[in-house]
Amino acid sequence: MLKILKYTLFDLLRSRWSYLYFAFYLVFTAALLFLSGDVSKVVVSLMNVILILSPLIATMFGVMYYYNSRDFIELLLAQPLRRTHIFWGQYLGVALSLSVSLLLGIGIPFTFYGIFHAAGLGHFLTLLMDGIILSFIFSGIAFLIALRHENKIKGFGLAILMWLFFAVIYDGLVLMLLIWFRDYPLEATSLGLALFNPIDLSRILILLQLDISALMGYTGAVFQKFLGSQMGMLLSFGALLLWLLFPAWGIRQSALAKDF
Amino acid sequence: MKRRTLCFLLLCWVMALQAKIIVVCASCPIQSVKQAIEQAQDGDVVRIESGVYREGLLLVDKKISISGHNFPVLDGGGKDEILIIHADSVLVEGLEFRNAGRSNLKDLAALRIRRSRHFCIRNNRIFDAYFGIYVERSAQGCISDNQVLGKSEKEATSGNAIHAWYADSLEIVNNYLSGYRDGIYLEFVNHSQVADNLSEGNLRYGLHFMFSNDDEYGCNTFRDNGAGVAVMFSKRIFMFDNLFDHNWGTAAYGLLLKEIYDAHIAGNRFTQNTIGIFLEGATRIEYRHNLFKNNGWAIQMTGGCLDNHFSANDFETNTLDMVVNSRVNNNTFNGNYWSEYAGYDLDRDGTGDVPHRPVKLFSYILNQSPESIVLLRSFFIDLLNYSEKISPVFTPQEVSDQSPLMQSVL
Repeated sequence: MLKILKYTLFDLLRSRWSYLYFAFYLVFTAALLFLSGDVSKVVVSLMNVILILSPLIATMFGVMYYYNSRDFIELLLAQPLRRTHIFWGQYLGVALSLSVSLLLGIGIPFTFYGIFHAAGLGHFLTLLMDGIILSFIFSGIAFLIALRHENKIKGFGLAILMWLFFAVIYDGLVLMLLIWFRDYPLEATSLGLALFNPIDLSRILILLQLDISALMGYTGAVFQKFLGSQMGMLLSFGALLLWLLFPAWGIRQSALAKDF
Repeated sequence: MKRRTLCFLLLCWVMALQAKIIVVCASCPIQSVKQAIEQAQDGDVVRIESGVYREGLLLVDKKISISGHNFPVLDGGGKDEILIIHADSVLVEGLEFRNAGRSNLKDLAALRIRRSRHFCIRNNRIFDAYFGIYVERSAQGCISDNQVLGKSEKEATSGNAIHAWYADSLEIVNNYLSGYRDGIYLEFVNHSQVADNLSEGNLRYGLHFMFSNDDEYGCNTFRDNGAGVAVMFSKRIFMFDNLFDHNWGTAAYGLLLKEIYDAHIAGNRFTQNTIGIFLEGATRIEYRHNLFKNNGWAIQMTGGCLDNHFSANDFETNTLDMVVNSRVNNNTFNGNYWSEYAGYDLDRDGTGDVPHRPVKLFSYILNQSPESIVLLRSFFIDLLNYSEKISPVFTPQEVSDQSPLMQSVL
């Protein structure tokens, strides 16, 4: 598995798209830091971009890479290798290369800014971790979708739809639900609903870091209990980790069952 | 005329001659403060040298000055009040009050001023009292440069650092108040001034007005209180140049206005409060040159607020600038700076060419369903806000700034 991972990783790290992705984050973060010296402000601005962009790019990369390397996968399948290792190796390679782009793209400007001696280190690390986890989750789901659909158009469409669902539509549905049933106590429900969307989870994790917890706690006791304590942090982080496992498990199941 | 002046000077000289200084210390002829006060006559000075004096309740009913040297400690033994002033023209300075009594039935205070005029309480320290300084039915007094520190934990079982009830023309200046229920509490207190105080870490309010008219407070700092300042049922209060900082929590306001009329709020800074100003039934109020920065909600306006006029204020990077829960109102916003403003200024006159609507769709939604705060800063909400901004449907059209500034005023 490690060999396949290594091969995929180096293959992708040489690709021009990885550089472009890296360069985008580099320029964007540097510009933000240059324009406003306040770390927490920069983190909020970056958050909006990372929460949308890193899942989108991960989705596209995942699907594209799978379809492009189909011939290579078929070649590998003829070798005495375990199937799960082949697919996991490729998936992790894609996710890692994206994470490296993100890590360096955001990390380099912040390092030059002197984040390791600044007050907002915690915010920055949470943001980075969120971005990386989201890259892993969404490239995994994209891989899974591609694996299950031979038809490229269908695969692409589904992957984009999946991204759109989590990034935009889901929040709209939640909002509609909250407004429809506003006569009922919905605190626990709204928090519970957030657990089912990795993008929402990451957003809440960052907002908790940014002291907005008090603002959210204003709404009621359940929020206060959840957001004001370490429990909220741990629970949302745990849910994110579960989200990480889901595509890996799905890839394994599909890979084992698939007939090439 | 000359003669009269001469007479007056002579009188002064005679009086000065009569005033004597009674020194209290461990090795002096008089070792007890109580005894010294008994011996003193109007105009005398009781000078207390450093040391610990455990004498229980002391009553001052003469026009004397009590002056501590190197902060002598008056220890109340935890039973009763320590010092009660029941005379006009009394000065108390340089004392330290410890172990005043606590009671849930009586409002015990370390230092009580009762029916006194022209009193002055300055440069004292009060530790862990139930009420720190309690002024009742008094006037023309000054309370300045005192430190009143407490360790209150529950609102219901704690008192206020400075508490005034039925008073007139007080000056409360440059005190440090921390760890009580309210830093300063004024009830039926008129024509008074509260300035340069630092009130922080109090359970309820940093400063609290009830039924008090024609007062002003300025240049104070209110930090980390349950809520910075509450002004309730009062008229003609002038609030200027105060700092309301980090009154942050589940129900924390920088400034709470409830049933107040004809106030001026100018030059204040509201930073990092959950709600900058919360208004309920606030009428005829001018807001000028205030800064609202990094608050959760800069202004939350609920029912019955009429004739509030906001001009030349700065609204910078608040999560939500404005929440209004009624459509019908005649409050105006004119010439403020909004960091959220996305308009343009083609004619270069310093004000934006399109009006700014500070109420976002999301604040409207939050009003309908508070739980939707979990969607704060999500992409979908940004989209909604944007489309609402372009064509307002839900948010009140009238709440808008016709000439938003392009540059901050402060």
